[in-house]
This record gives sequence, structure tokens and C-alpha cells, in this order.
Amino acid sequence: MTRLNGISHRGRVLTLDSMNPNVKRVEYAVRGPIVQRAVQIEKELKEGVKKPFTEVIKANIGDAHAMGQKPITFFRQVLALCSYPALLEDSKFPEDVKKRAQRILEACGGHSIGAYSTSQGIECIRQDVARYIEKRDGGIPSNPDNIYLSTGASDAIVTILKLLVCGEGRDRTGVMISIPQYPLYSAALADLGAVQINYYLDEDNCWSLNIAELRRALNAAREHCNPRVLCIINPGNPTGQVQSRQCIEDVIRFAKEEHLFLMADEVYQDNVYAEGCQFHSFKKVLFEMGPEYSNTVEMASFHSTSKCYMGECGFRGGYMEVINLDPEVKAQLIKLVSVRLCPPVPGQALLDLVVNPPQPDEPSYATFMTERTAVLSTLAEKARLTEQIFNTVPGITCNPVQGAMYTFPCITLPQKAIDKAKELGLVPDMFYCMRLLEEDGICLVPGSGFGQREGTYHFRMTILPPTDKLKVVLQKIREFHLRFTQEFS
Amino acid sequence: MWNMKQLEYGALARRANRIKDELRQGVRKPYKEVIDVFQGDLHGAGMKPLTFVRQVLAACVYPPLINSNNLPLDVRQRAQEELGRCVGGSVGSYSAAAGIPEIVHSISEFIKRRDGGIPSHPENIYISPGSQWSISNILNVLVNREASPRTGVLIPVPFYNKTVLSITQLGAVTVPYYLSEEQGWALQVDELQRALESAKGVCNPVALYVINPGNPAGYVQSQKSVQEVIRFAWEKRLFLLVDELYQDCVYGENCEFVSYKRTLSEMGPPFSGTVELASFHSVSKGFLGECGLRAGYVELVNLDPAVMKHIHTLSSKDSCTPILGQIALDLMTDPPKPGDPSYPLYKQEIEHIRAVLVHNVKRVHEVINSLPGFSCPPLEGGLFAFPRLNLTPKAIQKAKELGLQPDTFYCTRLLEEGGVFTGPGWEYGQKEGTYHIRFCIAAPQDVMEELLRRLSSFHMTFMKDFS
Repeated sequence: MTRLNGISHRGRVLTLDSMNPNVKRVEYAVRGPIVQRAVQIEKELKEGVKKPFTEVIKANIGDAHAMGQKPITFFRQVLALCSYPALLEDSKFPEDVKKRAQRILEACGGHSIGAYSTSQGIECIRQDVARYIEKRDGGIPSNPDNIYLSTGASDAIVTILKLLVCGEGRDRTGVMISIPQYPLYSAALADLGAVQINYYLDEDNCWSLNIAELRRALNAAREHCNPRVLCIINPGNPTGQVQSRQCIEDVIRFAKEEHLFLMADEVYQDNVYAEGCQFHSFKKVLFEMGPEYSNTVEMASFHSTSKCYMGECGFRGGYMEVINLDPEVKAQLIKLVSVRLCPPVPGQALLDLVVNPPQPDEPSYATFMTERTAVLSTLAEKARLTEQIFNTVPGITCNPVQGAMYTFPCITLPQKAIDKAKELGLVPDMFYCMRLLEEDGICLVPGSGFGQREGTYHFRMTILPPTDKLKVVLQKIREFHLRFTQEFS
Repeated sequence: MWNMKQLEYGALARRANRIKDELRQGVRKPYKEVIDVFQGDLHGAGMKPLTFVRQVLAACVYPPLINSNNLPLDVRQRAQEELGRCVGGSVGSYSAAAGIPEIVHSISEFIKRRDGGIPSHPENIYISPGSQWSISNILNVLVNREASPRTGVLIPVPFYNKTVLSITQLGAVTVPYYLSEEQGWALQVDELQRALESAKGVCNPVALYVINPGNPAGYVQSQKSVQEVIRFAWEKRLFLLVDELYQDCVYGENCEFVSYKRTLSEMGPPFSGTVELASFHSVSKGFLGECGLRAGYVELVNLDPAVMKHIHTLSSKDSCTPILGQIALDLMTDPPKPGDPSYPLYKQEIEHIRAVLVHNVKRVHEVINSLPGFSCPPLEGGLFAFPRLNLTPKAIQKAKELGLQPDTFYCTRLLEEGGVFTGPGWEYGQKEGTYHIRFCIAAPQDVMEELLRRLSSFHMTFMKDFS
């Protein structure tokens, strides 16, 4: 019993001491403290507080629509008809839109997107996903039974990790993740009490993956845990690198040699901009390496409707394809996914449209292609612009943004700034980003949220704001950086 | 991965899907379609979505519809409002992790209205992709896998199997308390006491999981019963986890849903300021029946602020609940009002659903109780019937020979021969030596009549075959 204000307080049942200790270790920088401060500032602006800026630009999260990107008309038309089937009578909707909506509704219980689907996802949609994968991968077969639809890719990633993480003490599962990484991985590993094994991407070589570095990390980890999983994000987040085919082969070979389960996060597979870069799916490369590999390496690939040219984060659509999973493990997987009943049906429907877009002979094709091309070419332009402008700023070096939606430039911070940050109890790049937020209303995520080599500092910025706004943002960051450097010289 | 029992999980569901496929391919069977009442899925069983909800969602998904004269004015205005709350004016952008703030606020206002003016604080409300997601998040915080003895959670028998699966997946121990079938599945405090005592030396019970109205058992707790449970939780220092998904499904005469939050608050100190409570609700049941949209919420009361911070971080890594689901939550908690153009149709549809459920509940009770070897108490609330099967030793023997639980055997035969897909009682927990089946009672009246006809016919044949 404790006393507070003269009133007896019995201890609560759920306290910091009694709660799951793993949950306490969970952090997620993308929506972390800097974003909370940004939201607070937005409130202040609304209340009329005067600031050196009139809006907060949230370049912290990979949310295309939030930054003004328009949805694909065809997708939204079909989904509207699925939501309110009476619109099937409306002559304003093209025939191919109506056909797609009808097909999806027929696959739903009671012909409604409000009915549960099976936990693995609507069967005909999984079949469409399998066909999409086959087409993408030059005919290599994909089995719909190996496809699991999910609530965004994050859901599927966490599900696989739940299956893989086990053991106690020195036997505890170790999971290799790239540094820098997308902090969902570190958060999930903390939550599951798994051991995080960091392997560093090579900043001097455009954030490429180095097998020697993988080996170093693995061998060191074997001292204190049981490494079982290797996670790759390709195209990369936050780094944007697009792995070469050779690199992917090397990684697969490494995974086989070291008996590691491969997790290939490929949600940015359509976001490839740099000349000479091409997306190669892990599945495709695995099978092209022959049966010695394709029959043995265990793998899960992930995709979603949140990125690429669709940017439909709010629908929470996604899937994973599992390869060479032990049948008993598969049975456990079905059980695991059944606990949350099923993935959101609108997200499943959207995924169906993404893997099965308008064909050249269909009425919606022309508009669809125009919209898709516009989004991807604009992103490519913004990627180039960002790299170009950041590299003109003394103290900022930016690798080419080969793909994905982010830039992760290296910032040089004066020692005095580093000292000041320490004084304030802040990590130096958090101090930098907080200042930028307060002075210019631009919200980025400090590199410390993604991991970086000791003594280096970065920030992650999305390349999503509309081109004109992006130019302004880049200019402001440039000015801020010079000011900041000057102040702490 | 640990703690998942090696069971033939989902075998019956797979069989049902196979039969549905065969029917689609034109294979001849004694029935033209499978009546699927396995889950609490209103639309799946043929109930219609609410027109207002679907019109608003369609306009949100495809905003040009906001300018269409084919949609009522209030629909268009509402869609505009909802889009105004979405970042970038699109349902395709992420929302705040806990949910769109205006919708969270809407929910708190709904709770306040429902509970006779007792305030509800938006910062204690988290929206999630369905209530099971929320429940497993809260359980994840509660269950300390490193603790010895292991964390225990008191669960009702019969229970909702998904939640119990979550509990065991997280490494906690389930401590069953039996609802009293003779008393219409009433929750008795003596039984809670017995259950708690049985946990001594086995685990450390930290939470009490309650479902009100029940699932699968169709009871609705009286206010007195709710008070007793709260008092028990207070005395024994248990965290209350209350599934209130079926709060709109109340049929029994003299039955009324009263929320745990309201009761707790009205009980005053010391209870109101100390009992830690998590109440869950969703768009999946009630009149909306929008299971496929995946949206629910939890309201947390009296939690440690330091723990709340971690709950917030935990929910942020899950990104956010599907926006369409969040909008459906808003439409559920802030529906059309008298005077709104959509109100008459909305009211009509709600009353129709209610009438169908009330009718079905009566018919099910009538028909089941008229059959030999079959009985069920009056259904006071919820969406399921959980009738008791009095199986003969011969039937039980046959089941054992086939390596099946007796009620699974019954359900399998009912599916194959009668084309009705129901759930076997053992999946939801029952007293040893008793058998039940579970099926959803939310289906159009003609479907329910057909179901009862097939069930009666099958049951008579089955009882005769194994007499």
C-alpha cells in the first residue's frame, strides 16, 4: 500500500515491474518522440501560436497519400463498388471495373466484404497473387497454398518471427538484420525477446551488402545465441539500395551454408529508379540457382499494397509467400494466423487488383498506365533531385536513392553540437532533428532510430512531398544545416 | 513457437470448404448449399449490411461520389467529414496509431452516452484491427513469460476459442471457471473462488476474462452479477478483461446490457479508482456485422500511466487500423439521427435485424427443446446457440473408434449429411462428459427455418441410428 494525497493506494496488478519486460524494450522511431512533438506543434499552430513556419511537413513516414499522391482511379472505383454493390447499376463506371467488383464479391461470404474470409485469405485472390508472382518471376511456379494474405506486410513479418523465435539463454533464436534497418524488425525482436544480430551495410559502397560482414556478424553471434534467421529489405529501407543479382545469389548461398531462414522484405519492388538497377526477387533467384538451393532453402517473401505506385497504407493489404516450410510448421502457421480471424477484406480486394491490373484490351487500361507511370516517374525525379541537392551541402553526403521512398544522408555534426546533445540527454542526431522541427517545421527521423555505425549520424527523410514542396524542404534543410554547423562551430 | 497443442486444427472448416467447392462443381448432394453458421458472421449467413454505412464507405473510397445526386445528402456530408479527418484527405494514408483522433473522440462520446453520462477519456481508447488484436496486445503486456510461477488468466467455460488461443500462445496458464448450465450459463462467484483456489501452486492468476453477453453461451449478466465480479476482482487483485462485443445483441425479457465500466464507476470508491479494467468492442457483431473490415477498440480504466506509455509504443509498431474499419466504427458510434435523410431507412434496417434475431432466438429454443436428446436454455443475448447434446453410448463409442471427439463426430455428420456447418462444443470448452454444438443465430429467417428443418431431420436420424 502506498499513500498519495492522503489516500491509500493499493499496488496495481499491472505495473512496470509486473508487466512483460519485453514490451518495455520496444521502440519504434518512425512514430516515436519526434513525431509526438510534431503533432504537438501542429496543435499549437492550429491554436494560433506563431512560429517561423505555417505547417509541419511530416517527412518521417512512408505515406504517399498523406503527401498528396493521388490514388489509382481503377482501384478506388472497384473498391467503391465492392463497398456499395448498388453502384453496379451506375452507368458511370466502366465495364471492367464492374466485372472485377463482381468477381471479388462472388468470392466473399454472403457477397459482402463485411464477411470473414478464411484466415489465409480469399482463395481466388491467393491464386491471383500466385499468378502474379509467376509472371513476375519468368514462369517459376508459385503455389497459392504457400501464399498467406495479411494485414499489411508488417503483420506477416511478425507472424513468421513468432514461429521462428524460441529457445532459452544461449539457445535463444538470433535474427540477423541490416543496420540501418526498418525499426519494425528491432521492435518485433524486442517484443518477442529474440536476439538481434546486426550486420552493417556498406555506406561507402552505396549501402551494399557484404558477405564478409554477414559472416563476421554471424560468427560473433554464435557465442551467445542460436542464429536462425536472416532478414533482408530489398529495395532497402531506409537506405534505398537495390541489391544486384549477384549479391542476392551470394546471400542465398550464405543462407544455405549457414542454415538460415531467409526473410525477404520486398515491399518496394516497384520503386526502382536508378539506371542500371533492377529488382530481382529472392524467389526467382533462388529457383534459378537450381534444385540444390530451391529444394532446401527456407524462405518467406513479403509484399504489400502500402508502397510502390499505389501507396494505399490505410487499407492494410499484404501477403507473404513461404518456400520450403516444414509441413508441421505450416500447420502451426495456420493456427497462428487464425487467432486474428482474417486480414481486412478491402485490403485483400485491393491486393487482388494490384496483382491483376487492367490489361491492354480493357477500358481502364489507358488511364491506369498514365497514372502509374506518372507516380513512378515523379518518384524517380524526386529521388534524383534529393541526392543532387543534398550533395551540394557541405556536411551532408547522400548516397544515390536507387529505390524505395527514402533518403538516408550522412550528416557531419560539430563536436560542440554533439556535446550539447549529451548535455540535454539526447542522441546527437535526435538533437539535430528536433532543432530542425522547431525551427523549420520539418519532421524527419534521426538515424539513431534505424541504427548506424558508431560515431556516424544520419536522418531519414521521405522523398514523398510534391516536387515543389520537396524543393523547398531540401532548400530549408540545406539552410538549417549551414546555420546549425555555424552555431556550433 | 511453443504452447500450441497438436490438434487437428481446422479440419472441419477444411471439410466444409471442400463440400462448398464440390457443390460449385455440380456434385450432387442432399442439399444445394451449405448453411454456414460456424462463425458469428452476419453477412456470411446472408444478413445485409446497413445501407448508410456502405454508402458512406463507398463515397470515402471514391470521392467523386460525394458530388453524386444518387447518394443522400447526409451520406455525402458524412463522407466529406470523414475524409477531412484523413491525412491528405485519403482513406489510403496511415492514421495515428491509436486511431483517427476524431473517431477516438466519437467512441468516447458513445461510451459516455451509453453509460449514462459517465465520462470516458479518449487517451484511454485504442482502436485496433478487430477486438482480438487488442485483446492479444493487452495480454502481451500482462503476461510475464519470465515470471515464476507462470502468469494465469481465469477463463469462462465455455469460452471463445480465439482469445484462449492467444492466452496459451503467450505462455500463460488458463484457469477455467465453469458457467452454470443449469442456471442458463450464469456466472457464479463461488465458482470463481473455486477456480482461483485451484490455481494455488500451479500459476499466478493476474487476470479475469469475462464475456458479456456470452459467447458461445447466450447469457446476459445482471447488474448484480457484474457488481459481484467486480468486487471479486477487487478483493483478489485481478485485472479485468471484458469482451463486450455482443452488447447490442440482447433479447431476453428483463435482460439489459450494463457495461462493466459503468457498473465499476457507479460502485464508487474503493472499487472505481482501483480495479484495472479493459473493455473490448468492435464493428463485427451487433447491427453492423462488418467482420471483414477488421476494426475494434479497447477502453482502459485505472491503468498505471507508465504502463500506458508502453501500450502506446506497442500499438505504434502495428502502424494503424484499416481506415475503412475506423470509419465504420465512427458510423457505429455516431449513427444517423431522427431528422437525417438516411434515418428512416437506417431505423428500418436496424429494427429488421433485431426482429430477425428475436424471432430466430425463439424458434431455435422451441425447435431444439422439442427434439429428444437435445436441449438449450433460453437465449438471452449474444449471437450463438450452444445447445446440449445428449449422445448415446453407441454414438460416443463410434466417435472414439473414428478418433473424434463425440461432438465433432456429430458436427461432421451434420455437415456431410445435412449441409449445416456448426462448431463442436469441445472447441469452446465444456464440462467433462457433456457435449454441445455451437451455431450462429444471425441468419435471414428463411435460412434459419431451413437450418432448423435440416437439423431436426438429421438429429432424429442420428439419434435413431445410434439408439
